[in-house]
Amino acid sequence: MAANAPAYRAARPIPARRRLAFRLLDDRNVLGLVLILPAASFLLVFLAYPLGLGFWLGMTDAKIGEPGRFIGFGNFLSLAHDEVFWLSVFNTLLYTVVASALKFALGLYLALLLNRRLPLKSLVRAVVLLPFVTPTVLSAIAFWWIYDPQFSIISWSLIKLGVIHQYIDFLGSPWNARWSVIAANVWRGIPFVAITLLAGLQTISPSLYEAATLDGAGPWQRFRFVTLPMLSPIIAVVMTFSVLLTFTDFQLIYAITRGGPINATQLMATLSYQRAITEGRLGEGAAIADAMVPFLLAAILFSYFGLQRRRWQQGSRD
Amino acid sequence: MLGITRRRVLQSGGAAGLLLLPGGAARAATAWNGPAPEAGASIRVLRWKQFIQAEFDAFVANTKKFSEQTGVKVRVDAESWDDIRPKSAVAANVGAGPDIIFGTLDDPFKFPEKLLDVTDVAEYLGDKYGGWYPVARKYGVHDKRWIALPHGATGGCMNYRISTMHAAGFDEFPKDTAGFLKLCQGLKKAGKPPGFALGHATGDANGWCQWCLWAFGGKTVDDNNNVAIDSPETVAALEYAKQLYQTYIDGVLSWLDPSNNKAFLADQISLTLNGISIYTVAKNSPDPALKAIAGDMDHANMPIGPVGRPTEQQNILSTYAYAYTKYPNAVREYLRFMWEKPQVDYWETQSNGYIAPPLPAWNDNPVWTVDPKVTPFRDVLKLALDDGYSGSLGYASAAVMGDFVVVDMFAEACTGNKSPKDAAHDAAERVKRYYSV
Repeated sequence: MAANAPAYRAARPIPARRRLAFRLLDDRNVLGLVLILPAASFLLVFLAYPLGLGFWLGMTDAKIGEPGRFIGFGNFLSLAHDEVFWLSVFNTLLYTVVASALKFALGLYLALLLNRRLPLKSLVRAVVLLPFVTPTVLSAIAFWWIYDPQFSIISWSLIKLGVIHQYIDFLGSPWNARWSVIAANVWRGIPFVAITLLAGLQTISPSLYEAATLDGAGPWQRFRFVTLPMLSPIIAVVMTFSVLLTFTDFQLIYAITRGGPINATQLMATLSYQRAITEGRLGEGAAIADAMVPFLLAAILFSYFGLQRRRWQQGSRD
Repeated sequence: MLGITRRRVLQSGGAAGLLLLPGGAARAATAWNGPAPEAGASIRVLRWKQFIQAEFDAFVANTKKFSEQTGVKVRVDAESWDDIRPKSAVAANVGAGPDIIFGTLDDPFKFPEKLLDVTDVAEYLGDKYGGWYPVARKYGVHDKRWIALPHGATGGCMNYRISTMHAAGFDEFPKDTAGFLKLCQGLKKAGKPPGFALGHATGDANGWCQWCLWAFGGKTVDDNNNVAIDSPETVAALEYAKQLYQTYIDGVLSWLDPSNNKAFLADQISLTLNGISIYTVAKNSPDPALKAIAGDMDHANMPIGPVGRPTEQQNILSTYAYAYTKYPNAVREYLRFMWEKPQVDYWETQSNGYIAPPLPAWNDNPVWTVDPKVTPFRDVLKLALDDGYSGSLGYASAAVMGDFVVVDMFAEACTGNKSPKDAAHDAAERVKRYYSV
């Protein structure tokens, strides 16, 4: 049997259709397409379709339980006259810009500290990660208590220390509330920035610092001309993610303020939820979510082009 | 089975009603003669998740009794209020899901044509138990037919400290808004101020803001759903609220629903609007400090404003069934059974008066009078207006409430962020977005 097998195989001609398939698969481009198909289908079904549906819903007057009808840009035109929507845009931009900048500055500072020789280095690094691994809702509820006008631990401590004489109204005025929720977001977001930048710092060869030192560079110059350029690609990725996550934040706000007081902490994400789910106006809620896309796209493009530019990565000016 | 026929159940229910109702002889003629449940019927009930386990257990026990007596299988699922709202709308749209929903407020008015007509059950119950309160009728009737059966309300009342009220110079809780303002000013002087939520607190903030708006004759929309909030009456309500706000404890602008419970139980405020939960927690606590608060607190219905009649806003529980149900007779029979007094009495007793009755004949349950501090909660539906007052209920009324338009208007005026006139004007612009669609 074994001796006959090759002859048997040879005796059977490969059908023309299979020959064509083999020939196509020999083509690198076709094979590439075939191999990418499962992943592409996954993305199409779970990412592109919901996104497309979101855009479609934003152009309808759909309510929960009702498919609605196509109204074009009706929702957007209506939102253009909605002062709460514009307030939410302002709040979102302020929240994102301030929180992201603070997270970057403090995260980078923490990463530089953690990159030094520290006693119990691993333990310290694990502790730094704690705010990030705590479920957002839990940390939000903790902040809700920390900021409570009657029970705040911060106010209580300051009163006991004789620094203040009455409780701080963290969430009781629009600007206080804005800064308070930004602080909560920064506390939660720093570990992500710090740990990722720390990973980046550890890839920088010590020989570069030695060479810079031999050339007479001080600490600031080593940071400016060695650390920062080498870290730029990581910074681009981290800050893109940080901006995206901050821009779309929902849980912190929802648990701490529900968007109040007087919509002072209402973000686009929370307003979208409120309109779509609480009020049942899916179309309008989707339109608010759609309005977030240009901002998110801008952040992604910034990162994409940043990463593509080798000279920029290397710290040179274009 | 227990050998009890449907006819015997109806007879016993009728007899109970006859005994319990004032003027029972006149109502003796009220008898349910709806069709018997379909053979082999099986229905699904989706209700709000319990806050008091004993309440849910009593509800399930009543349901089990119904199944034993009729042979109709009933499955009861419970979910949070927030989840019931979208699920009920989706069920209405796709024509599949639970047969009956125990939900809240104006939800059934978003899809009235998809609901089972329960006029016969509602009229039977109304006739038998003294007539539905006007606000209950408003939450049940659409286009002259009953699309929902009000089940009661998780009522809110003024919770106050008796000793501080005395210290403020009041022997009893004021009945009008002028006296109420003086009381609040007195409480502040006495060192334990009032506190009413002005943040995005769905229950508590809407509760007192809507009350205040209506008490001065303001309203979101008129009878024909024309936007009417930008009015001198609204401005008067806001001017009044501004004075009230001066007396409040700091921080109410950020208060959510649990905040006033915490502050009251921590002995920091002496007056707030809340359900019976503060009292229940304090009364049942082993902590002597909380027990002392329970002993020193009482409840009152909300004061009456210049309009001269009660204007409370309450969280009304509304039950509705879908027209797609395969067993409409079983559904109607189940609803009737659960609304009959023997079942209601057992349920109310177990839940310790958590749900205020929508029908006057349910009021004689001892649970409302054994502890006089509970009694004001019994009457809240007698005194309440509906959320869409004085227009119709539906998506627009729900959206205005969900978007905190009235609460934000009060917060803006109270804090001086906007003048009362500007706050009313801007609120009108927001309301128009919903009512112009």
